[in-house]
Amino acid sequence: MDKIEKRIIISSLALMGLFVFSLLYARNKYKSDVPECLPYDKAYSEPKVTKLDDKTYQVFSVAQMWQFQPAEIYIPVGSEVDFYLTSKDVVHGFNIAGKNVNMMAVYGAINKTTVKFDEPGVYDIICHEYCGIGHQNMRAQVIVNYPSAK
Amino acid sequence: MQVSKSFKRVIFLELAIPVALLTIGIYHGLMQTVYRAGVLQQTSFAKLDYYQGLTLHGVINALVLTTFFAVAFGHVTMTFYLKREPNKKIMWLSFWLMITGVLMATWAMLAGKASVLYTFYPPLKAHPLFYLGAALLIVGSWLPLFDWARMYTRWKKENPQIKTPLAVLGTLINFIIWFVCTLAVAYEVLVLLIPWSMGWTDTVNVNLARTLFWFFGHALVYFWLLPAYIMFYTILPKVAGGKLYSDLAGRIALFLFLLFSIPVGVHHQYSDPTITQGVKFFHGLLTYGVAIPSFITAFTLAASLEYAGRKNGARGLFGWMGKLPWFNEDRFLFSYFIGGLILFIFGGVTGIINASYSLNSVVHNTAWMPGHFHMTVAGPVFLGIVGMSLYIYSKLSGKRIFWPRLNTIIPYLWVIGMLIFSFGMSWGGLRGEPRRTNLGTTYLNPDSDLFRSDWVPTTLLALLGGIIMFTAGMLFIIVFFGTLLRKKKEMGVLEIPVSDAYHDEKRVPLFDRFKPWLVTMVIIILLAYVPALINVKKNSGPGAPRFSIDNPVPETAAKK
Repeated sequence: MDKIEKRIIISSLALMGLFVFSLLYARNKYKSDVPECLPYDKAYSEPKVTKLDDKTYQVFSVAQMWQFQPAEIYIPVGSEVDFYLTSKDVVHGFNIAGKNVNMMAVYGAINKTTVKFDEPGVYDIICHEYCGIGHQNMRAQVIVNYPSAK
Repeated sequence: MQVSKSFKRVIFLELAIPVALLTIGIYHGLMQTVYRAGVLQQTSFAKLDYYQGLTLHGVINALVLTTFFAVAFGHVTMTFYLKREPNKKIMWLSFWLMITGVLMATWAMLAGKASVLYTFYPPLKAHPLFYLGAALLIVGSWLPLFDWARMYTRWKKENPQIKTPLAVLGTLINFIIWFVCTLAVAYEVLVLLIPWSMGWTDTVNVNLARTLFWFFGHALVYFWLLPAYIMFYTILPKVAGGKLYSDLAGRIALFLFLLFSIPVGVHHQYSDPTITQGVKFFHGLLTYGVAIPSFITAFTLAASLEYAGRKNGARGLFGWMGKLPWFNEDRFLFSYFIGGLILFIFGGVTGIINASYSLNSVVHNTAWMPGHFHMTVAGPVFLGIVGMSLYIYSKLSGKRIFWPRLNTIIPYLWVIGMLIFSFGMSWGGLRGEPRRTNLGTTYLNPDSDLFRSDWVPTTLLALLGGIIMFTAGMLFIIVFFGTLLRKKKEMGVLEIPVSDAYHDEKRVPLFDRFKPWLVTMVIIILLAYVPALINVKKNSGPGAPRFSIDNPVPETAAKK
């Protein structure tokens, strides 16, 4: 093995090390993490939106062929939302593009992630796992600061 | 070398059948982009449903073509380098098991009874013959490994001090990875899914099934990729007119693949429940480990190509690129290989992004994903497979290539199409466009409430790329079957180009034996997968009943 090869291997290792460092750094600074893992509990399979305080909401989202419940979630701007997700039937996806909310909804399992909505607008929640013939109809929305919001 | 008629027949069948099936696979690839761009705003076309077509596309292109080729190419390399033919009975038995499996699964898919995509996640239920077909395909592909191991041990006894040829080492490592990883999917299919789909058991643990699938699923991509790596290390330098920069680098890379190909599967489950963040992060780190052999390969191949270019008289820093046989009809393999490598640069970079733990949340299951893996499996893997199939067939049958000029252009046409397609898909993915979705009926239909105008340009780019790739794919089918229909001109021989090494290091015993590597492999797999499986066991709730693709009510409940 010649000198250049050794240098290449060392620089590849260093590059991967830099990536690992960046991941950990971003995880701490921006709280960007993969979904949390919770033990199964039947309580999460009742869809509902709970207001914990002015800026904190809890959403129990239930995916089923071919809709999400609740289908429309109204919250004020600046809210932090805990999404708890499960499926009533097959595997579904739960993606809010641009907000790093990306989870799988699985029968017999609870998924969880937390996200803050700083900008007003309508955010699509899109099912991104094939779940049968009606998959392409499966969408819900988070509506942040809708004029006629309750 | 001369080979028996029986050997030739098995190889011809194992190369030609998947290429014939490719017509179905590639057609459905094109149709995906047509539906997705909203050109077709309906659920089916020509009596085939969108998701049925997507299942056919994935199963034929990613499982059937790749597995058949890996087995055929394995027979070819083992026979060519060890100068002995494998056991005829095992060759035929393996072929018949695989083809029976493919026929069963193809029937189930064409009959619309298995539109569950090639990942067949439960609790979507497919026809039992689909699962059984997949199992037979896998078992059939296991058999040759045991025979090759016998051939290799015998050769090693006769040549204890000679380095194992790189291609032989690669083939053995690839099939060991394949055997170990498919144990998990065999368990999933035979123990969990078949009894459940037959109604013998009521429920299935979906999380466990997913975890077992991905134990297999990521190693599967290396099973696709390693035959291409073997070609890049042992054939590409020769057809480029040079030498392999380092033989030892190839061995190190191959053994690293043996260690790291399997214990990384949870990186496909970053968004899944029941597996803790710690286990996910650990699998992410191991995935970075598997990037190292690919970096080594990128350097070694670039150095080998530079050497070839300079030997052909190139000057300056980048002059060597112009001195390579880009359009040489006699060395058409170069066109296929270099096309694959160009795509693989982008495939590799996007792959590292996906592996990067929370970064995956941006792209998971969006159109970005197929954008990524089409630049690997439909890049170096596909181009390597079809180019090599044509080469082996032409040599072994003694027939000349049909339309050789066109043959050197096809790979570049494919590369252009793929780059446009993948750019569209990646861009769409970053805008939240989902993969595996018939976008045309809703999201890309201006009359629908769900219409998303921001996905119009991205899906149109994918469509344009799809049309170009479809054209390239069909031209290849014409060249392949054109060659098949020609008259025999020469003696058919088993021949593959052999590259010499520029740095041909002495035999290093550590890199010429399997035992220490196999032990390390098992340890890393246990470290990575015991915690994952404990997690799944601990955090899973009840198992799921059977669901068919068109009914939200489970099957058992519907019957009562």
